Amino acid sequence: MAEATANGLGQHALHPAHDAAIVAKAETHQEHPIKLYLVVWAWLFILSTCSYLVDYFGLHGYLRWSLILIFMMLKAGLIVAVFMHMAWERLAMMYAIILPPILVLVFVAMMVFEADYTLLTRIAFFGPGP
Amino acid sequence: MAETTLTHTSQMDRPQGLRGIAADWASDQRAFKNVSWGKAMMWIFLLSDTFIFGCFLLSYMTARISTRVPWPNPSEVFALRIGGSEIPLILIAIMTFVLISSSGTMAMAVNFGYRRDRRKTAILMLLTAALGATFVGMQAFEWTKLITEGVRPWGNPWGAAQFGSCFFMITGFHGTHVTIGVIFLIIVARKVWRGDFDTGRPGFFTSRRGRYENVEIMGLYWHFVDLVWVFIFAFFYLW
Repeated sequence: MAEATANGLGQHALHPAHDAAIVAKAETHQEHPIKLYLVVWAWLFILSTCSYLVDYFGLHGYLRWSLILIFMMLKAGLIVAVFMHMAWERLAMMYAIILPPILVLVFVAMMVFEADYTLLTRIAFFGPGP
Repeated sequence: MAETTLTHTSQMDRPQGLRGIAADWASDQRAFKNVSWGKAMMWIFLLSDTFIFGCFLLSYMTARISTRVPWPNPSEVFALRIGGSEIPLILIAIMTFVLISSSGTMAMAVNFGYRRDRRKTAILMLLTAALGATFVGMQAFEWTKLITEGVRPWGNPWGAAQFGSCFFMITGFHGTHVTIGVIFLIIVARKVWRGDFDTGRPGFFTSRRGRYENVEIMGLYWHFVDLVWVFIFAFFYLW
């Protein structure tokens, strides 16, 4: 009984140190079969070829832009999720890293308006392009 | 017994999903439960680097939208004459494949590192470095070609003057990242080869013992360099 109490007390007193040691032990590394990497590698090759073919066949307009963006996002997703092992991290980590770059889209929107306005004033003052 | 219970708690019983985010980020504890500080700091560095490249691509977008002068057609600018016919963007396509391959070898190096296969890890890392160096070499060729054709940061023969400054700035910064990556790959590969991570030999700069996780952290940087190229390829060369 006395022992149990002491143990309990000790546990409380040691808790922070204990916790740190345990967290350190819980730090995990990823081990996946080589095949997974080879499959992703193959997909990256296929997607790159596809995005190159978009240019090779001279597609243009919205078809071109949407295809480029789709292939780009798929490639980026594969690299981050599998090669950088983000798919197996805890959600707290994913959100901390992936959310801020997405917010850059707000900046993109602002600069699109700004650039359109600049173009408008340039055309107004200097006339349409040379 | 107490330890098993606690280990169990820290690994398994932590809440998942949004509740998990709130629990992990709550005060007086470390936010990233199963990620070492080295890996977390590399991720945060990469996040800041994302903003740098994001701003470069943004300024390129702004310059390209706001100019009245037509933008030079990258498909023609980066075409190469091979066997008597112009093939559009071929050099850039090859560079893309080289960089993706280097990412693949890096991912496998990380895998073999955790399996304690020193030889394969070091060889794959050196292969990654070689592919990275090839990429930088091809980029140097591309720069030389464009400079001899008259591309300058303040003008070029084909259209909007901002083309040159955007090109040199973006690809130059990316190339610098690749070069630094190659240097670090060689350093880490040497450590692996010598068995530093098995014997716990202190690093020459930090005096701390390395672990095989260092290979993965190196890998994170390298994959990021590949990742940035994916965006540059899409926005600068294909758009």
